[in-house]
Amino acid sequence: MASAIEFDSISKQYRLGQVGRGTLSADLSRWWATTVLRKEDPYLKIGETNDRSIRGNSDYVWALRDITFDVQQGDVVGIIGKNGAGKSTLLKILSKVTTPTTGEIRTRGRIGTLLEVGTGFHPEMTGRENIYMNGAILGMTKHEIRSKLDEIIDFSGCERYIDTPVKRYSSGMTVRLGFAVAAHLEPEILVVDEVLAVGDAEFQKKAIGKMQDVARGQGRTVLFVSHNMAAVKSLCTRGIVLQNGCLAFDGLTDEAIEVYTHKCCSVDAGRIVDGIYRKMKYLDLHRISFNGTEATESTINGNQKTVELKIEGTTSVPVDVAVKVIFKTLSGTPIMSYAEGRCTGVLEHIEGDFTYVRNIVLPQYIAQGDYSIDICMHKPSVLDYFYAKDCAIVHVQHSDDIQGLPLKLKNEGAFSLVSTQEK
Amino acid sequence: MQNEWNEIISPRRGLLDVNFREIWRYRDLMTLFVKRDIITQYKQTILGPLWYIVQPSITVLMYMVVFGGIAGIPTDGVAQPLFYLAGVCLWQYFADCLNSTSNTFVKNAGMFGKVYFPRLITPISCVVSNLVRLGIQFGLFLIVYAVYYFIGTGCGTVNAYALLLPVLVVVLAGLALGFGIIISSLTTKYRDLQILFTFIVQLWMYATPIVYPLSQVRGKSLMGMDLATIMSLNPVTPIIEAFKHGFLGAGEFVGWGWLCYSLGFMIVLLALGIVIFNRVQRSFMDTV
Repeated sequence: MASAIEFDSISKQYRLGQVGRGTLSADLSRWWATTVLRKEDPYLKIGETNDRSIRGNSDYVWALRDITFDVQQGDVVGIIGKNGAGKSTLLKILSKVTTPTTGEIRTRGRIGTLLEVGTGFHPEMTGRENIYMNGAILGMTKHEIRSKLDEIIDFSGCERYIDTPVKRYSSGMTVRLGFAVAAHLEPEILVVDEVLAVGDAEFQKKAIGKMQDVARGQGRTVLFVSHNMAAVKSLCTRGIVLQNGCLAFDGLTDEAIEVYTHKCCSVDAGRIVDGIYRKMKYLDLHRISFNGTEATESTINGNQKTVELKIEGTTSVPVDVAVKVIFKTLSGTPIMSYAEGRCTGVLEHIEGDFTYVRNIVLPQYIAQGDYSIDICMHKPSVLDYFYAKDCAIVHVQHSDDIQGLPLKLKNEGAFSLVSTQEK
Repeated sequence: MQNEWNEIISPRRGLLDVNFREIWRYRDLMTLFVKRDIITQYKQTILGPLWYIVQPSITVLMYMVVFGGIAGIPTDGVAQPLFYLAGVCLWQYFADCLNSTSNTFVKNAGMFGKVYFPRLITPISCVVSNLVRLGIQFGLFLIVYAVYYFIGTGCGTVNAYALLLPVLVVVLAGLALGFGIIISSLTTKYRDLQILFTFIVQLWMYATPIVYPLSQVRGKSLMGMDLATIMSLNPVTPIIEAFKHGFLGAGEFVGWGWLCYSLGFMIVLLALGIVIFNRVQRSFMDTV
């Protein structure tokens, strides 16, 4: 098949800080170097990788650096990465909202972009008028919109309000209408950014269904950015992971999600205790070990029946606590939780230096795979003393002798079920 | 296979690479923008489009008191309301177009940042939607004219030059668009110009024969030159004067030379504007 889009070493540089301050001198020196001296732009040489959380020395960063890949016609590509990894910048360049600093994108076919739903909605105009407006902004002709008007209104589910100004709409209705228009765009290449996260559950389902039709049934090329791994998984045939503006992985969707979740969730070589999300001031935690280690990654073997949790610390205020441990899949779905205090109502009193130890019994048939762990010390339903979100990852590994046939596939579920029938 | 690409997105493009075909393809969007501007401007008002008439009427009354009454500036033998209204209609059109196009980028940044369409559509639609307003105000002018015609005095004499009206409006629109898009392109990064500009537009009116006839300044000299000649260098002056002469017979016709000067000025300005605008639109999102 022919390629629909070719990204050829696309880079994008941004200047940090405020625009308009000190840029006049930079503009002048740039002009002097490129136009008068005919040299390379001096500001293109500097610039650091785009890591949001680290303080850098340069005022310039590379939001994207040397991105090169091809997209074949009919591919549904999921682009995933942390916030600020460059996903949206890439889509913005592709949709011509901004230009690359270097490199070239070659495309074949009309591109329709959905960077935001309801772009150009005017609050004073009615739903119907806004459908025309929004459709035209997205590149449809009046004729195309007219022929799909009924379908769009029907899809949005806002029929009753269609002749009411949009400012009277609830925010959910506005996005529904916006998505309905966008979903009826019919370009050869569709670029979608995070728009599925709109509306209520019913509408989200409808939206994903519509995207599936677009992707599968109609054989169009789709580039899809999302943090919703379930949506990426169900829609995409190929995954691309961006990290700090660079292409970190390009391959099958499942593998891409794996790469992303590992990069994103693991606190690299850190300790569990460093991954605490929020904490009471009077509580001082020295050590948290899970599964016998303070490190954020550990392995549970097939013959292991329990997993030990040990929390050591000091509290200046005496409190009654219980501990909750949640096992989640890497895409964030909670699978099982240990919540003794909530179930039994028994709390442990701690004051001064304390050591809290529990041996948590694992289910017999937990499936092989990776799980992300949340640890929380709380007074159930009252308050959290500390909450460590995604603070550790455990790899569950089975040896063949314990269960007969362990689940080899990671996406068959968390538990393997057995029937009551005796063999 | 290699040459079949529909589109190549690259950092730089030629100066004159303006995609007019694409603008044409988005003409529906332009009509919708125009419709939006008109529909939404006076939504939830009682008078609605009547405001288009109230504004110039009050302005004209004001001018009659200040310039006609207090300052006693003559109006070339034409009734004051007609004389001022003629100037106010055209000037207001020019000023409105200028103000609305000169902040194209800043005002639409939210929309421009999310979706691509030829950016030039927005300023063009501003100029077109203001045309509706001009039309209504011109209607008012004709009504006032009819009133004076029946009274029998002060309405001057319509002559063949009135047929120039469409040309005059087009040149005026072109000038406003040209200036507007240049200003909007220059203000994406440094906003200073915009602040300066709103104030210049106010002053510009006094450099244009709106509240006084050009004949009043003829013969007065500034730096050894006829002041009327200097004022005609302002490309709006010949248009206003030609309009007043055509419909009211006021003053003398400025001459074809000056009209051609305005036309030429507009063409050069517009071409320059489109080139600059086209260059800025590609990456303004990073600086706006």
